[in-house]
Amino acid sequence: MIPELGQFALVLALTLSLIQAALPLAGAHYGRSDWMALARPAAAGQFVLVTFAFAILAYAFFTDDFSVRFVAANSHSQLPVAYKFTAVWGGHEGSMLFWLLMLALWTFAVAWGSASQPLELSSRVLGVLGIVSAGILSFTLFTSNPFDRLQPAPFDGNDLNPLLQDPGMLMHPPTLYPGYVGMSVPFAFAVAALLSGRMDKEWARWTRPWTVAAWIFLTIGITLGSWWAYYELGWGGWWFWDAVENASFMPWLMATALIHSLAVTERRGIFKSWTVLLAISAFSLSLLGTFLTRSGVLISVHAFASDPARGAFILMLIALFSGGAFVLYAWRARLMVAEGGFKLLSREAFLLSNNILLVVATGAILLGTLYPLFLRNLDLGEISVGRPYFDFVFSMLMLPLAWLLGVGMHAAWKKVPAEALRRRLMWPAAIAVAFGVTLPWLLFGRASVLTMVGVVTGFWVVASALLDPLARLKRGAKGVGLTRGHWGMLLAHLGVGFFIVGATVTTAYNVETDRAVSPGDRWETAGFEIVFRGTRPVEGPNYVADEGEFELYRGGELLTVLHPQRRQYRVQTAPMTEAGIHASMHRDIFVALGDPLGGGAWAVRVRVKPFIRFVWLGTFVMAFGGLLAATDRRYRQRAKAPAAGLVPAASAREA
Amino acid sequence: MPRLVCLLGLLYVAAAAHAETVPTIDDPELNARYQALIREVRCLVCENRSIAESPTDAAQELKRVILDMIVAGKTDAEVAEFLAARYGDSILYRPPVQPNTWALWGGPGALLLLGAYVFARIVRARARQPIEEDDIE
Amino acid sequence: MTMWRYFIPVALLFVLAGFFWRGLYMDPGAITSPLIGKPAPAFSLPSVRDPGVLVSSEDLAGEVALVNVWGTWCVECRHEHAFLLEIEKSGVPIYGLNVRDDRASAVDWLERLGDPYVDSAFDEDGKVAIDWGVYGAPETFLIGRDGTILHKHISPLTPTVWREDFLPLIEKECGALPCPRAGEG
Repeated sequence: MIPELGQFALVLALTLSLIQAALPLAGAHYGRSDWMALARPAAAGQFVLVTFAFAILAYAFFTDDFSVRFVAANSHSQLPVAYKFTAVWGGHEGSMLFWLLMLALWTFAVAWGSASQPLELSSRVLGVLGIVSAGILSFTLFTSNPFDRLQPAPFDGNDLNPLLQDPGMLMHPPTLYPGYVGMSVPFAFAVAALLSGRMDKEWARWTRPWTVAAWIFLTIGITLGSWWAYYELGWGGWWFWDAVENASFMPWLMATALIHSLAVTERRGIFKSWTVLLAISAFSLSLLGTFLTRSGVLISVHAFASDPARGAFILMLIALFSGGAFVLYAWRARLMVAEGGFKLLSREAFLLSNNILLVVATGAILLGTLYPLFLRNLDLGEISVGRPYFDFVFSMLMLPLAWLLGVGMHAAWKKVPAEALRRRLMWPAAIAVAFGVTLPWLLFGRASVLTMVGVVTGFWVVASALLDPLARLKRGAKGVGLTRGHWGMLLAHLGVGFFIVGATVTTAYNVETDRAVSPGDRWETAGFEIVFRGTRPVEGPNYVADEGEFELYRGGELLTVLHPQRRQYRVQTAPMTEAGIHASMHRDIFVALGDPLGGGAWAVRVRVKPFIRFVWLGTFVMAFGGLLAATDRRYRQRAKAPAAGLVPAASAREA
Repeated sequence: MPRLVCLLGLLYVAAAAHAETVPTIDDPELNARYQALIREVRCLVCENRSIAESPTDAAQELKRVILDMIVAGKTDAEVAEFLAARYGDSILYRPPVQPNTWALWGGPGALLLLGAYVFARIVRARARQPIEEDDIE
Repeated sequence: MTMWRYFIPVALLFVLAGFFWRGLYMDPGAITSPLIGKPAPAFSLPSVRDPGVLVSSEDLAGEVALVNVWGTWCVECRHEHAFLLEIEKSGVPIYGLNVRDDRASAVDWLERLGDPYVDSAFDEDGKVAIDWGVYGAPETFLIGRDGTILHKHISPLTPTVWREDFLPLIEKECGALPCPRAGEG
């Protein structure tokens, strides 16, 4: 009875979303404010209904209701309670409901924040979001209903995949999903602008904080995914360029380009059609991600159960949403062209180059991800495209981006004299080269050209980002006198610098060894001595494990003792490994148990990964910078200002 | 699906007899080459993983072969060719440069050139437009 | 050009969608062996039953034959075993390639379940299997009269696969079963 309530709630939500879509959009077109006014209550109603449906599914998990097919497939009576909750999004159907919940949340947030927006704009935005909701609700109800019953109900469930029984499951999807579902918001704003035929700086000032907010979630979500894979999978890898990873990374790249394009539109009122195109593309790539994960078109470790019928439905949604938006773009983008000059050396030009490089990078990743599919389709052979391709192509594109970034941060709008840039950046450049070239040699005793280039680039970005604050501090200005938005920008770019240093160093200098060891063995790797003391059996709530004891010595002194485990869960019995990690900012030591070799001997994997924490520190700092940027005073004032009022002069000075 | 079943059967029965290959390479340079190579070879019975990250029997076999070849002095290119001749190009994560991958390897460069062209056109057009001294709203 | 460039995004989407649509009904993991159309890799191994007897690729010459990769560790091999016995009765010689197995268990298996093979080569270390591009079991190769690999099938042989994939190729080689040896008929 109760699960059916959940299904009913979704049906009601579908009806409401259709109303939310049709009437406000028609109202905006015909100027009927009574129709337009329906958008906000409809959005609120949808939010309540979808949350209710989600709560019902969670309830089914908590009460071990195995008559619900999805619960039986993903839960077990002995599953710890926290994981029963995460199991709600642990499979295809439930994760679609989670998708819907995130969409409803964003829609509600936009509705709430739209009080001070012109009614025509907000009703179009909510109307478009209503169309998206209707599409995804239809998909869920018709092909992926999480409330389907299983008759007769099994005595117990299949348990949640052991790989997912981890805190990462509590953190990664709940940050990743709002991120890429959130790309629907700038998408909605872009389509609204195309529909109205108008886009001004006001519009950009509304759209930008929403975009940054979604971008922040996506940044954190991808970071957590990388970190989780690193410690959970037991191989020490942090990025694989798997199709599904790429599917979340491409929207991130587009969203980054979009934020920068919005900066230009907000300031100068130009690049409008670029911005619209980027907004549509970012969301299209999110939908592509949803398609790739669930259709079986590409092989991936992350794929949910693949199903061509579901894939076909999502493909049609993509044709409808993206296709429709791109057609609208083709028809109306000409209206957006605006005058506004700038020179080759200007912030606009640097931001343009940034966008072009990001779009090229996205295109390259898309090419690599889909190429095997293209060849297979055209019967031209079968190949695989993996890390060697992506690492090479992506870093070749990101290096020039990073070099330009360091300069662009200091370029003034419209035009900046080369001499001014040269004077400002001479010292940061010199410092970057000096540090970047010597540090690898000092720390590791060897460095390839590419490694040095990478480290120099990272230091360059860091130095350039710190230039302004340090210069102002030195001048003794009261406080440092920068707006929150400016701080956000500097911090986000600082994060990029950290990331580049971390990624370069860890890729160039990580040491990986596999060994067969017996209790009492001691060996040396990368300057550390490791002693294996053997294993002992341990028991968890729903698994049994062998726990190894490894002592780590450095220069004769005991650093730490690591306890990696090799687990066997009781229901899904494929063995799983939990690595023992000694983490620090400048180096991680990672030990994992492989297979038992008989007689107390074990296959052991040891990884020494220098600077790997900088990879994730970098992205977290980026996200934090984004948070500062999104909450700049001019946006907070905007939210409080009346709809048709003038922009206060104070907020005109921007980063 | 049948492959998966057989695979799981393999894991179950083979765990004791054919456990994870643990190479004995003491030379750190050879070890680094080996580790790098096994990350470029795809595990064909897995869902997109390299043989370095796969516990399957098939992966262990290939690791053994690669190890033997490296120790015997073969170059990385020779190992790649050996595997591709037997298993097809799709076993390599680094796609070989050949007619059906020219578009793949050349694509990003072509996109970059296109991007540079677009950049030049836009900047040239904008530089010709008037730049008012003050256009802050 | 200036007007039409606005249509590029839709056009690209359309092309991509086309690829995806077709891709929905293809198997992304299907791998075509690069050895098809090439001569079967040479080998010479002791027989499973009798180590003194050699089984080699030369035995395959002159007739249309199957090479079936199997092992007692392979659960799925059991499932196709009955069908292999039927194929053998229809006149197609089957050679076994017993990979990374224990000789005693292998012989015992053949005794208990029946031996559809003309003979089985004992590939203890799996080197020959690798030369043949084998990465699991069961796998079955169709070899032509001149020793060329005509087809490779991964996963158990079923009547449907036999009828749809193997028979047409056999018929092309030599008309109808049983195939005459080269030099006869």
